[in-house]
Amino acid sequence: MTENPFLIGDSMSGGYGKGADILHNCTVAVNKGEIAVIVGPNGAGKSTAMKAIFGMLNMRQGAVRIDGEDITDLSPQDRVAKGMAFVPQNQNIFTSLSVEENLEMGAFLRKDDIKGTMDQVFTLFPILKEKRKQAAGELSGGQRQQVAVGRALMTQPKVLMLDEPTAGVAPIVMDELFDRIIEVARSGISILMVEQNARQALTIADKGYVLVQGENRFTDTGASLLADPEVRKSFLGG
Amino acid sequence: MDLLNALVALSNYVIVPAIAYGSQLALGALGITLIAGVLRFSNFAHGETMAFGTMIVILVTWWFKSLGISIYPLPTALLALPFGIIGCIAMVLLTDKFVYKFYRKAKSSPVVLVMASLGVTFIMNGIIRFIIGPGDQRFADGVRFLLKPKDFKIMTGLNEGLAIKLTQCITLVTAIIIVTALFWFLNKTRTGKSMRAFSDNEDLALLSGINPERVVAITWVFVAILATVAGTLYGIDKTFKPFTYFQLLLPMFAAAVVGGLGNPVGAIVGAFVVSFSEISLTYAYKKFLTYLLPSDLAPSSLVQLISTDYKFAVSFIILVLVLLFRPTGLFKGPST
Repeated sequence: MTENPFLIGDSMSGGYGKGADILHNCTVAVNKGEIAVIVGPNGAGKSTAMKAIFGMLNMRQGAVRIDGEDITDLSPQDRVAKGMAFVPQNQNIFTSLSVEENLEMGAFLRKDDIKGTMDQVFTLFPILKEKRKQAAGELSGGQRQQVAVGRALMTQPKVLMLDEPTAGVAPIVMDELFDRIIEVARSGISILMVEQNARQALTIADKGYVLVQGENRFTDTGASLLADPEVRKSFLGG
Repeated sequence: MDLLNALVALSNYVIVPAIAYGSQLALGALGITLIAGVLRFSNFAHGETMAFGTMIVILVTWWFKSLGISIYPLPTALLALPFGIIGCIAMVLLTDKFVYKFYRKAKSSPVVLVMASLGVTFIMNGIIRFIIGPGDQRFADGVRFLLKPKDFKIMTGLNEGLAIKLTQCITLVTAIIIVTALFWFLNKTRTGKSMRAFSDNEDLALLSGINPERVVAITWVFVAILATVAGTLYGIDKTFKPFTYFQLLLPMFAAAVVGGLGNPVGAIVGAFVVSFSEISLTYAYKKFLTYLLPSDLAPSSLVQLISTDYKFAVSFIILVLVLLFRPTGLFKGPST
């Protein structure tokens, strides 16, 4: 692991409300401009780890640092201002607003001209430009995910957190979406993502985390995890 | 000729009053639907909000009259309207600060907020009666008719007269202006869009950095404007009586639910559905049918489907039917 990752959720323990802990001493980090992927079986605490990093969870232990700065006590909104953007798994768009309005709302905190960023999003996802006057709720699953990612990019984040961006989209669209995510990472934005399609996600990952029952089971580069016989046997279906 | 007479009679007693009443209901229902969309509860105190705003308009109108200020031929109440709006805004913001905010912070379920609004209703009820009394107040002045029935008869040579009251005209024009302004605000401005975003998906709005307290405050401001205007228009068209305003809650809710709670376009359509149903079902069709049917078939009874005493039953039946068969309203809105 690099010494100074850009974003790190360090030794996090915690759960929802006053309930039992879901995360146990779990560490997830991502370097600048890299892609880190969290994989693992259902109920491993993957989404929970994301929420913990974004401040939507009561953490009993551990810390979250961005660029060396401790942000453990900040609210999610304040983390947005710090350069983090989060795309939740469900209900990640404003269905009754048009595509363009969704993007505008993503940039709500910005006071400067957002036209340039919007053009960048339209270049990344050309279909959104075509449908920009349409209500986002009328779009297909893949297009909705593009709106969701586009909305998050409008804040000009330094790190983009994606919770299962390919859930419910067609396989062919999934490949396309992964390509776009790589493109985003190349522009210097760090990406931390949870993925159900472990094999494919690890292929594009610089760093992979295999979580089991809220703990780190394996942590390595994406390629090494793919090559690890034990990981293959237990988590990638051989 | 008889056909024309029948149509004029129908316009005079059904169409024109229903358009005016529908416009008043639409403004009221818009207020209810905004609260349902943004604050996520059914505000039972909305009739009282209307009554409070109207009460201030009446008090200021009286004060203006005592000073001899008037804008004849228009009603003085229009001049007093901005004062009523300001007073009403102050009232709803204070209510929000001292009542609703507590439950919002506690993330109470909508039904708790509904009950809280019921409590607000009773308190406002008392305050309004304490200040202006429970009786009927007539405060419309200015010219009464834009078109007098007698003039219409002379103009057209028909037996039936058509009356258009100035207040009906003011109602329609004001409603159109207010609704246009509201929709422009919701669809074109950043703040308006953030209100719609907040109403659509609260969690995502928070993730986008939209300040919920600001959205809530702006919503209350709009609700106060809509309620005061609706109440004043209703008051100059008919009269002001606190109990009547409380009763208006039912048709306004029916209108908002018919259109789908939280859907502004739906609220307007719903308001006209309710107003036309209410007035056309309680209208005595005797005259209308006498013109149309051969004289030996002319009805001897009033041909009134239901007595005007039961007009609220119409809203209630509409409300029940919509909730039974299309709970999300004619236009898709979130079900409650």
